[in-house]
Amino acid sequence: MRERKAILYNIDWSMILLFLLMMFFGWINIYSAVFDESHSSIFDFSQRYGKQLIWILAALVLGFFVLIIDSKFFSAFSYIFYGLSIFSLMAVLAIGTEIAGSKSWFQFGRVAIQPSEFAKFATALAVAKYLTGINVNLSHFKHIFRLGLMIGTPAVLILLQGDMGSALVYSAFILVLFREGLSGKVLVVGVIAIALFVFTLLINKFIVMGAILVLLILVFFMIGKQKKSLKWLFIIFIAASGFIYSVDYAFENFLMPHQKKRINIIIGKEHDPKGDGYNLNQSKIAIGSGGFAGKGFLNGTQTKFKFVPEQSTDFIFCTVGEEWGFIGSIIVVGLFLLFLIRIIRLAERQRSRFARIYGYGLASIIFFHFTINIGMTIGLVPVIGIPLPFFSYGGSSLWAFTILLFIFIRQDASRLEIL
Amino acid sequence: MHERQNKYKSRKYIVQTIFVAIAIIFLIRLFILQVVENEYKLSAQNNVLRYVTQYPGRGLIYDRYGELLVFNEACYDLLVIPRQVKDIDTVLLCRLLNISTEDYIKRFQKAKKYSRYKPSIFLEQISREDYGFLEEQLYKFPGFFVQTRTLRKYPHTNAAHILGYIGEVNSNDLEKDEYYTQGDYIGISGIEKFYEKDLRGKKGLKIKMVDVFNREKGSYMDGKYDSLAIAGKDLHLTIDLVLQEYGERLMQNKRGGIVAIEPSTGEILAMVSAPSFDPNLLVGRIRSQNYSMLSGDTLNPLFNRAIMSQYPPGSTFKPISTVIGLNEGVLSTKTKYSCAGENAKPIKCSHNHESPLDLIHAIEQSCNPYFWKVYKSIIEQDKFSTVQEAYDHWGNEVRNFGVGKILKTDISGQKDGNLPTHHYFDGYYGPKGWKAITTRSLSVGQGEIELTPLQLANVAAIFANRGYYYDPHIVKAKGKDKRDNTEYINRTDLPYSKEHFEIAIDGMKLVYEGNHGSARWHRVKGISMCGKTGTAQNPHGASHSVFMAFAPVENPKIAIAVLVENSGYGSTWACPIASLMIRKYIQREFKPTRTEKKILEANLLNVIPEED
Repeated sequence: MRERKAILYNIDWSMILLFLLMMFFGWINIYSAVFDESHSSIFDFSQRYGKQLIWILAALVLGFFVLIIDSKFFSAFSYIFYGLSIFSLMAVLAIGTEIAGSKSWFQFGRVAIQPSEFAKFATALAVAKYLTGINVNLSHFKHIFRLGLMIGTPAVLILLQGDMGSALVYSAFILVLFREGLSGKVLVVGVIAIALFVFTLLINKFIVMGAILVLLILVFFMIGKQKKSLKWLFIIFIAASGFIYSVDYAFENFLMPHQKKRINIIIGKEHDPKGDGYNLNQSKIAIGSGGFAGKGFLNGTQTKFKFVPEQSTDFIFCTVGEEWGFIGSIIVVGLFLLFLIRIIRLAERQRSRFARIYGYGLASIIFFHFTINIGMTIGLVPVIGIPLPFFSYGGSSLWAFTILLFIFIRQDASRLEIL
Repeated sequence: MHERQNKYKSRKYIVQTIFVAIAIIFLIRLFILQVVENEYKLSAQNNVLRYVTQYPGRGLIYDRYGELLVFNEACYDLLVIPRQVKDIDTVLLCRLLNISTEDYIKRFQKAKKYSRYKPSIFLEQISREDYGFLEEQLYKFPGFFVQTRTLRKYPHTNAAHILGYIGEVNSNDLEKDEYYTQGDYIGISGIEKFYEKDLRGKKGLKIKMVDVFNREKGSYMDGKYDSLAIAGKDLHLTIDLVLQEYGERLMQNKRGGIVAIEPSTGEILAMVSAPSFDPNLLVGRIRSQNYSMLSGDTLNPLFNRAIMSQYPPGSTFKPISTVIGLNEGVLSTKTKYSCAGENAKPIKCSHNHESPLDLIHAIEQSCNPYFWKVYKSIIEQDKFSTVQEAYDHWGNEVRNFGVGKILKTDISGQKDGNLPTHHYFDGYYGPKGWKAITTRSLSVGQGEIELTPLQLANVAAIFANRGYYYDPHIVKAKGKDKRDNTEYINRTDLPYSKEHFEIAIDGMKLVYEGNHGSARWHRVKGISMCGKTGTAQNPHGASHSVFMAFAPVENPKIAIAVLVENSGYGSTWACPIASLMIRKYIQREFKPTRTEKKILEANLLNVIPEED
């Protein structure tokens, strides 16, 4: 009993408050996005806004249950959760139901569950567990390789389901590894790789290779024609050329035509406001038309005309932008930033390494969703369908994020316990 | 352990910097999108984009000689976006539109119920004159705007059944094809339905900016996102308007159908269903009212008898029996059967003639007992072990002539006629309860066998061609460049020797030219014709008058089937009508004849002659 009280006392209520705020703001925006004259009550359970309320209430119950579980339970059962996740990801490939082109759902009567949503926290747990092992060191190739396998396996399985967005989420773990000692060069190389990727698609691959060659020759002369550096410069050139070539090859051969098109639109190579660029263009019109103060709650014309598809799920930010304007945008972006910074702060105050690493995992996943989702609605990243955490309509994703978050809150609440 | 932790602790700042950097990039981008740039912004005075659909002109329809049959006329729909309607002079609007205030309220409620934000049609098909007055004052009515549409118009009142009509899409169409939106028109019957995808063209979209006073402020982003409408394809029919019009005139005040085909191509020259109606009746605002009037008519003018009515062929079936009998080897030109006329058993002959007759004279004089014996000799061949096997063999031979089959053609709504298999008789009489004599009516084209006039005309074409046919069809070419409609150039060859057809044709020639031929009164000087009369008994009333023919005999230009419901002998009505049609097609101009006058004046709508 005393322990229970201690938990309540030690819970970080600011996180809970942010969590509730985001869900509430999401809910009223879903109401506005799918608003229907003939079902004007926000409590109409035949509509998405009514259903979302049910998901929210269920999420609260779920969060409560996570809080009353012993804090060591999660670290002790990390690998079990991870194993179960991998198993369900494989099972869904075999016996899952296909919804909107992705075979990533289990259908139970009228409810569909997406195991890929739940694999996120299982992976976060497993990564944290592995990194707390004795002698695990992120400068050892063997350990990096094992972690890569641990993170890559669910990603590949989700990719096989045809859900590229959810698979890409796993790349967010690079931030966790970075915090735990992965060489900073990996981050730098990652950024350079993205730059090269964009240039390769934008410009002819041979021109990019030529440019790199010229650049390296210049570097060679600038550092005084040292023979020793010649070898390294040559290796860099070969590596860069190989990367450019394989990007070009993969783009041409592995991506679906619609995926190619979406990327081309983002990098400005193609212009197609009626076809594949439609979502993006309409989304920008909706957000842009909001102006500084917005058009007001339920007054968005672009969203009411249903110009933007997926309005209540992946494009929920359009409704925010149109009806609440730049002020609303600041609020939502600000909420997420506060939330992320708060998680990092809490993670850093943990005495348990497990809790800290898990906290970073949570922050990275939410950060990735936030970046990709809002980025795509304002045309900064390609249209990749992943939800905005706590905002987008949908039970699976809301519950998965809730579990993900509450495991961390639970860890944090017992931070003062003796390890 | 603690050392390592501390070593990387500073990295938390890098991670947080990344978070802040992304948030700042987003806010800058959002600031540009929402506050700085005007490109994506609707002005603060609540300007609204108006998406105006550009409706393409529906394809025009011509006859085979380029005579215009269907064109478009502009009309105007008034649309409303309920949310934008504020403080308007309702009385003035009602006066401009010629509607009552109650009507206004009803229509406005309906639009509001559909959507407060999306435009819906408030009043459709406003005439050009009314539109003139309305346009001047439209600025007083924010939320209302006008969209140009087109209506179908028909310069001639003919071929209503062939052309079909268009109407608003229903929820079913909306679900099936994303192209359509509420209020769009779609072909509902005839050519309009079958060639919908060719005729409709492609809709375009114009995005316009409108201010609070409902004034257009020009194109959105200089029309960058506008698309042009693409007009539908024109259709060139195989129909000869002159022949079609003549056929409809001959069939006035009668019930029945005429189908005429060019045998060498399968092109349908005329397709008449009587009674018919003026296609202009099913256009625009008057459509629904007229539609219920027409569909309530006891004569059923909307029903296309030429393709949907199924009649027993009667004696027009005898040439088919001839070819099958010759092919089976149970019949030759020398085969003679005696006939006891009125006293013949089991089928009597309706008229007296010399006995016995040979094959071609049996066709000429339409001797029923003769063809009963032909049928019997086919069914009772030793090679069949059961009557079921024999009957199905015969049935399949008959189906070669297109009986009981939907013909591959571009006319929608076709019926397949009827010819049962042995299961039908097994079910009726029991497997052991029937034999050739039980089904004897089939030998003279009565009983369970039924054809549509289209199928019968195709049979006439098969005889004209001596054993093959092209899918009968109604569209000759599409588009401005008159590209041939190549879909219907399939030739079907029947598995019978040409000589067998020639023998049947010798008999059919005598129908016109013989001394006892049933069509001998309707010969046309200068045109050699072949034909066969039929009198189709029907259990619901007087017999139908049936005739099939083709001409000229040696180089056929036209094959035709005529059916006049409940009018008695084939030779009385169907035969002279067919003969006049042939004459019209081949000679074009001729002096009015007595027969023509008699037919034009005849009213057979309510004549129910006595059963013979």
